Amino acid sequence: MKAFKQLTLTLMAICLTAGAAIAQIPEKPEFGQFAITGADIYTVTDGVIEGGTVLIDGKTITAVGQNVTVPAGYQRIDAAGKRIYPGFIDAGTGGLGLIEVSAVPVTVDANEIGEFKPHVMAFTAINPHSAAIPVTRTNGITTVISPPGGGTIPGMATLIDLYGNSPDSMAVLQRAALVHDWPSSTGGGWWDNRSEQQIREQYEENVQDIQDYWDRAFAYNEMMNAWEQSPAGKEQPDKVPDLEAMRPVINGEIPVAIAVNDSRDILEVIEWTTAMEERGIRFILAGVDEGWLVADEIAESGLPAVVGPVLSTPSHGWFNYQTAYQNAGKLAEAGVKVAITAGDVENTRNLPFNAGYAATYGMGIEEALKAVTINPAEIFGVGDRLGSIEEGKQANLFIVNGDPFEPLSQVEQVWIEGFKIPMTDRHMKLYEQFLDRGVAGERN
Amino acid sequence: MKKLMLTLLLACLTAVGFGQPTGSVHIKGGTVLTITDGVMENTDVLIEDGIITQIGQNLSTPSGVAVVDATGKYVMPGILDAHSHIAGVDINDASSPVTAQVKMGDSIDPNDVSIYRALAGGVTSIHLLHGSANVIGGESETLKLRYGQDQEGLKFQDAPRTIKFALGENPTRVHGQGRGIMPRTRMGVEQIIRMKFDEALDHERNREEYLAAREAYENGNGPAPKPVPRNVQLETVADILNGEILVHIHSYRADEILMIMRVFNDYGVENYTFTHGNEAFKVATELRKNGAHASVFADWWAYKFEVYYSTAYNASILNANDVNVSINSDSGELIRHLNHEAAKTVRYGSTSENDALRMITINPAHQLGVDDKVGSLEEGKHGDVSIWSGHPLSIYSINEKTFVDGVKYFDREEDPDDMRIEISPTTENEHTGFEPGRNALISGGRHFDSCMRDTEVFYLFGESSSK
Repeated sequence: MKAFKQLTLTLMAICLTAGAAIAQIPEKPEFGQFAITGADIYTVTDGVIEGGTVLIDGKTITAVGQNVTVPAGYQRIDAAGKRIYPGFIDAGTGGLGLIEVSAVPVTVDANEIGEFKPHVMAFTAINPHSAAIPVTRTNGITTVISPPGGGTIPGMATLIDLYGNSPDSMAVLQRAALVHDWPSSTGGGWWDNRSEQQIREQYEENVQDIQDYWDRAFAYNEMMNAWEQSPAGKEQPDKVPDLEAMRPVINGEIPVAIAVNDSRDILEVIEWTTAMEERGIRFILAGVDEGWLVADEIAESGLPAVVGPVLSTPSHGWFNYQTAYQNAGKLAEAGVKVAITAGDVENTRNLPFNAGYAATYGMGIEEALKAVTINPAEIFGVGDRLGSIEEGKQANLFIVNGDPFEPLSQVEQVWIEGFKIPMTDRHMKLYEQFLDRGVAGERN
Repeated sequence: MKKLMLTLLLACLTAVGFGQPTGSVHIKGGTVLTITDGVMENTDVLIEDGIITQIGQNLSTPSGVAVVDATGKYVMPGILDAHSHIAGVDINDASSPVTAQVKMGDSIDPNDVSIYRALAGGVTSIHLLHGSANVIGGESETLKLRYGQDQEGLKFQDAPRTIKFALGENPTRVHGQGRGIMPRTRMGVEQIIRMKFDEALDHERNREEYLAAREAYENGNGPAPKPVPRNVQLETVADILNGEILVHIHSYRADEILMIMRVFNDYGVENYTFTHGNEAFKVATELRKNGAHASVFADWWAYKFEVYYSTAYNASILNANDVNVSINSDSGELIRHLNHEAAKTVRYGSTSENDALRMITINPAHQLGVDDKVGSLEEGKHGDVSIWSGHPLSIYSINEKTFVDGVKYFDREEDPDDMRIEISPTTENEHTGFEPGRNALISGGRHFDSCMRDTEVFYLFGESSSK
């Protein structure tokens, strides 16, 4: 009896120790060597491999295929009957990591003051511990663009993986694109009581301001280049921080994501960007709500487009009810390289459903899948690293028990840069806490 | 000029008034999601003069009734949205913490294209709510989406009266912070309600005493009493206390939900619904104990501080705790795919597929007091039906046809690019003054109709928003 009691206590102690250990290091990811076996692998770039195996060694996918031998020491994960996809990429969130509660200004770090501020970097203000980040990644979204907003040039967007304890550890590209708004030539809305002529004049003035700014940036760049190439005997020019930030854009190292929605404005932007491309600038269209009206012109321009949110209403009452749902598909059909965004912050997790709607309304599942994986990766110049399941690529992928665009499916496990992330977030924790609150005690 | 004439014509016709059109249709061979009586394969639904008369296999078609082949398709009851602001002209009368005297029934825009877009998503009824600027807002209106009918023609006949209350950040910001009057805190919100309830009871008693004294005076008994004039605001509040008006309470936090249930218990108010209720999951036990309902978002959270501690599992937790819960839109966009919003309850919390569908059909119908008429496919209920290309919880399914009272108001097949400006897909326009086939007064909906918008915008633009 005494021995039994001893055993019980020992067992209790073991249990408590185990529990304590878990309590001390909550939600740590696993990192190492994984072999996911038996799943249908949606590689995106090389079709579907049925019942295949994916090997992850550290941060990298080291093997993909049906006849992959699992080396010794790998943690095996049986995923028979399930599917594996590359981590989804949202190429245009509303500022995930920058905005915690949009109605509480002190928690909004997205909008710096000023009209032209290319030196402002979203990367700086990314909060790795935003409650919205785990909520997003547990739905299979592993990588996002987080852009600053406000003003004509709000600053530099950052491309981040959704796991890490510092912006540095999360960043895929600290400066992924220069965010560039475009003025509206069509008035501000129902409260805008300016005449058409006033609207036009204001628009032309705004465009001239943009051109002036770029011309200054070009001139500054030339001056700095000249000094850097032969500084001898010359006085060093003073640095201008914002114009300095424009130099890698002018040198074509960083693309410009230009936000434009109205079809007439899109055509004007295409004309402007065509002239600017001749000077070596790279452009990406963003928003493009009315792209479906000028899809051929966009395709001809060769500009890629970040489209969304798909789940939105048509931009005018007289447009067909499904235009927003069809937009991405019509652009892709015309030959535009399309990435889809949910256009959200805390509900960036709805990206798969935005893609699902685009798929249903004309884009097709395969093309919609590219629009949340390889296309955004290629648009931002990281197609060699992200966006598909291939040997040598970064291990961003997830296991799902069905079609990831279907709301009924469950995402079961997510890897981000090889980290097998804890499948928990605030929403799940509240569920666990309150599903059965218990009624036994007074204070339940 | 033409537009003006049409407007005048519409105004005249509105004044004359019309009964609501009804139709007959035989929907054959579909998979019928009855909601209350399981799933029936290869089954017909027969609607005659706006009422479902039979549900069964191989029904015969009465003469003159149109047949719709639903083979391979899914037939479900029209979707109800218990929280909407589409088809509203004005949403908020933010002039006072209590505006029980105003009515959304006086503020219906039948030309709002959002009605048509919602029909395209299989929605047949909405609860047009007053906004959330006021602790006790205006009376709401339950509508049927008979696009092309006039203001009266959109109203859901015999639906109970409902009213909007609002707790938390919105009324405290609009009145307390914005105008320097009570309430600035959740404590103040409670007292606004209690004071108004007491005032309404006093008014009701004083008015009754006055009427009795006046009658006595007119009969020659007693002196002439001092008049107690009518007061629509207080009479409306008294009607709430007398159980004649269902209350829908804009609320987020668990503490304010508990608060108002205490107040309602003190005053005997029953059968009410918490709308939004982002923290309703924390007090599911108390909601069940009080018989309260909840109408929640599928996943919206973190757009303001009082919804920071939210969970997309809210509806599933409430459902598992036997609370009547619906999924609402509060949005001209979400309303177009409430089926997928409901589907999220299966992802977030493993709700059964039928319970998910209940959250956009019979449950909101119950919350609006119209579950004896709509919300399920049953003989004797209204012919409010939508037909889907596949199971409505799948993202790849598209609503193909929507009927209200047996009249087809949406048909994807017959929807060339401009059907949304057709006044009615039936093209029988005798009920309206429109030139056949053209809605000359199409309106695009309001910019700030959603509760999601920050109410601060209306200080800038003199406009009222809701949430």
